[in-house]
Amino acid sequence: MPFIPHTADDIARMLQVIGAQSIDDLFDEIPPALKTAALHDVPPALSEMEVGRLLTERALRDGRPLNFIGAGAYEHHIPAPVWAIATRGEFYSAYTPYQAEASQGTLQLIYEYQSMMCALTAMEVSNASLYDGASALAEACLMAVRANRGSESRRILLPLTVNPTYCKVARNITGNQQVEFEAVNFDRRDGRVPLRALQAYEGQDFAALVVQHPDFFGNLEEVDQLTDWAHANKMLVIAVVNPIALALLKPPGEWGGLAGGTRGADIVCGEGQPLGVPLASGGPYFGFMATRMQYVRQMPGRIVGGTLDIEGRPGFSLTLQAREQHIRRSKATSNICTNQGLMVTAATVYMALLGAAGLKRVAAASAQRTADLVRALCQISGVSAAFDAPRFHEAVLLLDRPVAPVLAALAERGISGGLDLCASHPELGHALLVCATETKTDADIDVYARALADIMRPVRVVRDSN
Amino acid sequence: MSKIPGDLHYTRSHEWVRRLPSGQVEVGITDHAQEALGDLVYVEVPQVSRRLVAGEACAVVESVKAASDVYSPVSGQVAASNDDLAQRPELLNSDPYGTGWLMRVAPDASAAAGALLTPAEYAQFLAEAG
Repeated sequence: MPFIPHTADDIARMLQVIGAQSIDDLFDEIPPALKTAALHDVPPALSEMEVGRLLTERALRDGRPLNFIGAGAYEHHIPAPVWAIATRGEFYSAYTPYQAEASQGTLQLIYEYQSMMCALTAMEVSNASLYDGASALAEACLMAVRANRGSESRRILLPLTVNPTYCKVARNITGNQQVEFEAVNFDRRDGRVPLRALQAYEGQDFAALVVQHPDFFGNLEEVDQLTDWAHANKMLVIAVVNPIALALLKPPGEWGGLAGGTRGADIVCGEGQPLGVPLASGGPYFGFMATRMQYVRQMPGRIVGGTLDIEGRPGFSLTLQAREQHIRRSKATSNICTNQGLMVTAATVYMALLGAAGLKRVAAASAQRTADLVRALCQISGVSAAFDAPRFHEAVLLLDRPVAPVLAALAERGISGGLDLCASHPELGHALLVCATETKTDADIDVYARALADIMRPVRVVRDSN
Repeated sequence: MSKIPGDLHYTRSHEWVRRLPSGQVEVGITDHAQEALGDLVYVEVPQVSRRLVAGEACAVVESVKAASDVYSPVSGQVAASNDDLAQRPELLNSDPYGTGWLMRVAPDASAAAGALLTPAEYAQFLAEAG
């Protein structure tokens, strides 16, 4: 069924009015060299029935493993009301409606979402969401370059403890805008960014320092020291945070200030998926971003504001749109300022249902489960913790053998045992990133530990008895 | 009819230029420009000491409906910018040729003033565009 409302007659009449022979004529101004003649990897169109069948088959491939992978996407319990509410007809759209102010309910929900994100991050203003966590970091880097008027550079310090996928996406998105990244090494013993690694950059001109907390390895960075150092060196601080962890940790808006006079992180961003969005084979998720009022006009994306209508009644409206792409075109603060309205709806319902106390319980239980998991796994010969820093709900384990075959053997037993870090961090050796959230029971951890112990049983070595 | 003071120079992108006794030039947007933009809610002025090339976008004036660039009429270095506008952007609407000035520039010695319009030329330009 084609979802195009125009009949062939309609189209013929419209073409006649504008004096064009065919619809293709309308694209004449695009030079032929820029047109892709054939999309090689796109198969021919399928019917609804065929698509349904194909996607069902693909979904079944995921199986239902006992999952211990985190690395940026986290399995949390999603209370049933979350999606029951988010999929109601009144909310069920990925988009902020056109004529947004006619949809006061949608705007109110986004306004409440923004307020919750500000409370979680201790920042002054949040946007209505971005595409995902990785692109939110890219946008934060572009924003920092615009916002830091004390810096003339487009360079950003990017520690190797930041999610490598985020780094790749940030480089990809900002590459054509001349943003350069300088990789900062981490301490091999505790896995964190030490001040001494930053001292080499003192007195150099950088627009910002990125601090992921908890970092990609699950460790808690020394955010106060890092924030103070960056501010002392005229850099903005871009915080990449897990919203669930914020229920327990000091919010980025309060980082720093060891010598008094804190100003906190300048831009906060991250992945919103842990807040009620299912893993769903990798998406859709949503990115969040918050900042201080001082930088609000440099922030990409849309913002819903509270206001009074002509009769003095409270209402909501889109605000600060003047720099968005439908007005500023190529000079817009961002050209991918989509938001993820439906995911934000789920996240808002999730946060409202759990409340501050509920979020804290989820965060504390996840940290506890991971501590239990690490303890259980590290009792196995050939398994040890890579770092001794305090952590949230993820940890790097070192194995005495390559990780890939071990993960394959675990997969045969229905266990997704973690993420092999050999591609992203080969310098760590046989490193495995594991995660346990509140969804894992003692029995689950036991199943994993027994399976791993079995797989890791000392390899029989045939030796000369002499 | 918008005001076009006789002692200033103008650009086709609606900036005005005032030569100061110090040798610096003061820059703002014209009465016509502020009228076309409507009520301004935010003004971003250039950082002091920034080097500008004539024609370069150097400030942003934002109304509820649009954000527009202001282009430097001359090449030189920013000597001062009007920080009052951060709190009172409406000065650009109420007093575009006075307290609503945007920046003062120390022009390069080689900077040619030839490209600027006289008041009469600017008035004619507006009439033709009108």
